[in-house]
Formats: sequence, C-alpha cells, structure tokens
Amino acid sequence: MKKLSYAEALRVAMEEEMSRDSSVFVMGEDVGVFGGCFGVTGDLVEKFGEDRVRDTPITETAIIGSAVGAAMTGSRPVAEIMFAGFLGVPMDEIFNQAAKMCYMTGGQAHVPMVLRVPNGAGIGAAAQHSERTEAWFTHIPGLKVVYPSNAADAKGLLKSAIRDEDPVMFFEHKILYNHVGDVPEEDDYLVPLGKGEIKREGSDITIVATGIEVSHSLEAAEKLAEEGIDVEVIDPRTLVPLDIDMIMKSVEKTGKLLIASEEVKRGSFASEIAAEVAEEGLFYLEQPIKRVCAPDAPVPFSSVLEQAYLPDAEKIADAVREMF
Amino acid sequence: MKESNEELVGLLEKMLVIREFETTVQKHFAEGEIPGFVHLYLGEEAVGVGACSALGEEDFITSTHRGHGHLLARGGDIKKMMAEIFGKATGYNKGKGGSMHIADVNLGILGANGIVGAGLPIAAGSGVSAQILGKESVTVCFFGDGASNRGTFHEAINMASVWNLPVVFVCENNMYGISMPQYRADGRKGQNIKDVSDRAVAYGISGVTVDGNDVMAVREAVVEAVKKARADGGPSLVECKTYRHRGHFEGDPTVYRSDEELEQWKKKDPIDRFVKVLKDQEMLDDEGYKELRDKVRGQIDEALQFAQDSPEPDVSEVTTDVYYGGAE
Repeated sequence: MKKLSYAEALRVAMEEEMSRDSSVFVMGEDVGVFGGCFGVTGDLVEKFGEDRVRDTPITETAIIGSAVGAAMTGSRPVAEIMFAGFLGVPMDEIFNQAAKMCYMTGGQAHVPMVLRVPNGAGIGAAAQHSERTEAWFTHIPGLKVVYPSNAADAKGLLKSAIRDEDPVMFFEHKILYNHVGDVPEEDDYLVPLGKGEIKREGSDITIVATGIEVSHSLEAAEKLAEEGIDVEVIDPRTLVPLDIDMIMKSVEKTGKLLIASEEVKRGSFASEIAAEVAEEGLFYLEQPIKRVCAPDAPVPFSSVLEQAYLPDAEKIADAVREMF
Repeated sequence: MKESNEELVGLLEKMLVIREFETTVQKHFAEGEIPGFVHLYLGEEAVGVGACSALGEEDFITSTHRGHGHLLARGGDIKKMMAEIFGKATGYNKGKGGSMHIADVNLGILGANGIVGAGLPIAAGSGVSAQILGKESVTVCFFGDGASNRGTFHEAINMASVWNLPVVFVCENNMYGISMPQYRADGRKGQNIKDVSDRAVAYGISGVTVDGNDVMAVREAVVEAVKKARADGGPSLVECKTYRHRGHFEGDPTVYRSDEELEQWKKKDPIDRFVKVLKDQEMLDDEGYKELRDKVRGQIDEALQFAQDSPEPDVSEVTTDVYYGGAE
C-alpha cells in the first residue's frame, strides 16, 4: 500500500496502463505540459511524449469524435473533458457515435475508450462548471458509467475502464482529488466494473451513495452510531453496470433505504436506484424510500448558496433521523 | 499514373454495380418492401468509386447517410448489403443498422452515419490511430456540402491539420443540403462561397475542387492526396462537384430544384461519360459493355433474391450487441 491522493492514483493508473499497452494514449485540453486543469495528468507527457499525451485545441467535439475513431481502429484513448459542464458540446459524439456504434453495426465495431470527466460542486465554480451529469449517461444504452469515491478505487476502476472493450464515462469529483488514501501498488490491481462495496456494515438502514457522498454518508453514519442508529453504507462504484444485488440484499436486511446524491433530484440516478428497489424490493421496505439530493436548480455561485444547495453529512444524518 | 485496361473497366463495373443496386433499392422501396427510408447515391457514383480506387486494404473510410455507394466502391458484399437494407438477419449489421448504418468494419469502414458531419472527427481519430500504432494507413472521409457547415467539419479538419493526420477529406458537393443550395448568387444558400475547398486555406491545408462526375479526375486528386498523407504530408480537402439524380431521400418531391437543372446534370452522367471515354480509347465496345451490364444485373438480381428469401432477425437480438461481445 502507498499513500496517494485520488488525483495521483488516477495518474498512476494511466501511467501503468500506458506502460503496459502501447495503444493507450491520453488526450484533452491542457493535459500535456500544463499537467491537466486539476493536475491529474501531471508529468505523463515527460514520460510518454507528446504523441501519447496529446494536448488538443479547445475542441470538445473533435476530442470525443476522434477518440471514437481511434478506438475503432485499434487504439485505446483516454480522453479528458475539463469540466462536466462542457459535456453538452460533444454530446452527439458520446450518445450517437461512441454509445451506438457497436449496436448499429450489429456487433462488428466496438469503441474501447475512456472519457474522464471532473465534476461536482463545492469550489465556487458556479452553474456551468459544477454540475453532476452522470444520470444523463446512465440513460444511454452502450455506455458504462463509473464513479470512484476514493483513491484506491480511482486507480483500480480507471485501469479496468481502460482495459474495457466498451466506452466508459469516468466521473471524478473535484473535491476528492486531494483526498489521500491507501492505494495498492500492484500494477495488476483492478476493481471490476459492476461490483459495489459495502463501506460500512450496519443493520438499521441502508444508505447508497457514490463519489463524494460516500464520505458524507460515512461521516453521518458515525454521528448516527452515537445515537444508536446502525447505518450500512453501500458504494456501487459503477452506475452502469449496477450491482443491484448488493443493494437489494442490504435493503432486505435493514428494511430502510436512503440514497444520497449531489445530483439534481429530478431524473437523478438516485431516482433510478429508488425505482429499482421499489419495483423488485418493495416488500423489504418498512417505510418509503428517501432521496437526499440537490434541489432542482442550477449550482449557485455564492458560498452560502452553494452550501445550502449541496447535500452534506448533516443533511444526510437529519434525513436518516426522520426515518426513525 | 497509367492504369491498365482491367483497372479502368473495373472502375466502370463498380459504378454500374452502384447504379443497378440503387435502382433496385429505389424500386423495392417504392413497393414497400424496405422499411424506414433510403438516401440513394444515383448520379454520384464517380466520387465513391474514384476515391476508393486510391486506397489499399489497410486504409479506412468514414461514410455518410448516403453510404451505399461507398461500401460498394470499397468492395462490399452485395448480398449482405441488400439483406441489411431489407432489415434481414443475414445483413451486414444483422438488420440492426439498415440503410443509414450499413458498414463492413473488416473493409475498414468506420460506420455509415445518420448524423450529418459525424464522420469527420471519427476520421481524424482513425488518423490518430495510424500515428499511435505506427501504421501507414490513410483514412478517406466522405461528407457532403451540407456537413461543411457543421462544427465537426471545422474542429476535425483543424485537428487533422495541427496534428498532421493522414486523412483525406472528400466533400461530395451534390449542390443541396436537402433543399438548401450550397451556393447560388441570389437567394437562400448554405454558404457564401462557390467552392467548399476554399475553406482549406483557413486550416492551413491544401484544397482542390474537381469534377465529381469524372471518375478519373476524382481518382487522380485522391491518389495525390493519399500519397501525400502516407508520406507524412498531412491532410487534404478534395471537393467533388456532383449531383444526386434523386431527392434527398426517396419520396422527396424536390420542389427546390427544376427539371431543367436535373436534365442538365444527367447530360453529365458519370457512367455515360466514362463509357464514352473507354469506347473512344477502344478499351470497351458495345458488346463488352452489354456483357458487363448483364453480369452486374445478374449479381444484383441474386442479391435481391437473397435478401427477399432471408429470415427476419430473431427477437432475442433486440438486446444483443449493446456492449461488445468479442470478434465473431
């Protein structure tokens, strides 16, 4: 084990995969000498050169479109879109090209690419640089959607995503970049896509959370433990494919479900988990499912407004208390 | 470059295959045998055939919604193509793609595409792969005059230029984006320049305009551009002026253009013109031409029969191939 930040763990994953497979390359805006807007690509360009760590012009459509073309012709691109708020620009390339190519060609073509996307609020970046958009992509058949909550998973999931044969949307929370954790040093350390993790075992209520909400939920669970409420926290780690069995088993045990997400509530992935459990596990539930999400509004700028907007440990704990 | 008789007659044969194939699709679409809608390549045969004749096996193309001609020019299997257009299980895409997505990935075809202009960034990416993998492959990107107004055109050609990618951007300027004229002196128009190739200078690459109804002119321009790309000389833009004999799609009443205009272009029919060239050079006589047409007709009839006789896809196929299942 080695202490690494979430950002460093991502870089290590790319470095190991680029060393292992010469068809893997990185591209995006300012990923080269600048080291990435959030420093994630760091010194990769010094190790692998400008051919494999490609600085692009400001050209999101061509970044994703060319990643599709490169992936279809034998390369494994790892493309970065600087902020999730920019994903509207190359949307055709994601949902019509990357996602549908395999199906439309009857399984002839495939698109082994990874699209890394920093997202999430909390740094005063306002409405176009803070949003959580992962639910959009879970609605598109053909994409896989990954969201690591800690440094070790960041490494293991990114390596699995790079080796995957399908297009993977890989979301990274900006606040997590500096979170440090124990990361396995083995260069074959892989976290499989579709396998969730029970972050804390408990018997009274299940909280499902991804990304930064995992930390918030664990913090809330510690407070609630002092009050005699034993919380189980599940991190699905990948939204597509989703480890629904793990969630269902937990709900069967606890009889209560809360889903915590920084997404806008309406149409969120939290809603999808709620629907799955309502459809297949309703009779496990002792009371209605609760979602703790952001309100149906864009992310505000002012720190006061932004904090009011975001779910945190306190809001999650309050919501849990209402269920007892 | 000096082509052999066989090569030249081969170009004619490919154009005839496209002509007969599309005429057959037209007929059977009108009769209600083909689902969805179709965009026919009739009148544009010289562009696909001329450009693809400049490519080798290791090369790639990106195709468009009007893509039957590109796949046929690249040597696609006529039976599998017809079956796909009929939506049958034996089609190239197992009946999941249809006319607008018909492709043979093993022939280096990176999808036909229902989104106008979507192929340009994909072609750039194929060029990136050549650099990453150290291969000498070149990618020809077909797109229309309509696509040349999309952001994908600008972004992909700019990227290809700054990265010196081995891509040849072939604009099939058939004068209309559905009903919108590419250019005319007065009235509504898609752009205010006569030649799309003028845009090349904005990206620092070479651009030429050729007669897209002259298969040899297309071939020469693309051969030159491919040679340059393969020698690490970067991308080019080749604009081919042509005309679609049919509407944008079958059923388009073409109210936006005159019968006189169509007749003028039919006088410049790419097949008639090339037949005349071959006859003038005594590479083909009337009997030889008839034999060639009969041979092509036989192939198309066989493909039609195959498509009509083929089974519908099994409904279990609805949810397969959403994710990759490995090479078959």
